[in-house]
Amino acid sequence: MFNEILSGILVVAVVLAFVRLARGPSLPDRAVALDLIATIVIGLIGVYAVMTREARFLDLAVVLALIAFLGTVAFARFIAKGGLPWDRS
Amino acid sequence: MGQVLSTLLLALGAFFSLVAAIGVLRFPDLFLRMHCSAKSATLGVSCIMLGAAVHFGDLVSTTKALAAIVFLLVSAPVATHVLARAAFYAGVPLWKGTLGDELSGQYRKGGAGFGPPAGLDGEEPGGGPGARPAPPA
Repeated sequence: MFNEILSGILVVAVVLAFVRLARGPSLPDRAVALDLIATIVIGLIGVYAVMTREARFLDLAVVLALIAFLGTVAFARFIAKGGLPWDRS
Repeated sequence: MGQVLSTLLLALGAFFSLVAAIGVLRFPDLFLRMHCSAKSATLGVSCIMLGAAVHFGDLVSTTKALAAIVFLLVSAPVATHVLARAAFYAGVPLWKGTLGDELSGQYRKGGAGFGPPAGLDGEEPGGGPGARPAPPA
């Protein structure tokens, strides 16, 4: 029961971050929101592993942390290059 | 005892994650949002992973959880710094209540161009599409 409440709290956090993802005035705002969503989903995986007593889900948390980092760095490169190549002059 | 500690850590982690999401939603500026997202969410997920490690209690799960925590603690500042740097160069506006912009006069290549210094990232010098004008002296 308690773990379901914790999952609900984390899902609310994902929804709040998604509002920022939809509203964010600039592209870096959306990248930050995506990074936050990925981080919260890592926590959600941890809570789910405790909820189902299945320790194998912790592997997934490690892998998702790696992928989220790569995604954020890729977004940062994209922003630093100044958008899509055919939009650049 | 272990169950109580695990529950406490999980609740603390969920609380910090929620605080991070509220901060990202409510703060007025990209960089304020970024500081909230990076620190609070990292702390929250670290607490959750510690709670999972305490809950399972065996060596393999604890190692996995600690690996996730260490990787998060290493990667989150790097990712946030790279993203903040790119956003600053791209000319994302600061909050109107910002007290100072120490970098506003730096990295200027003649004129009003504002971009990364030459040779960094293999970029061409000069302002990007969102060049930030120099503030009045």
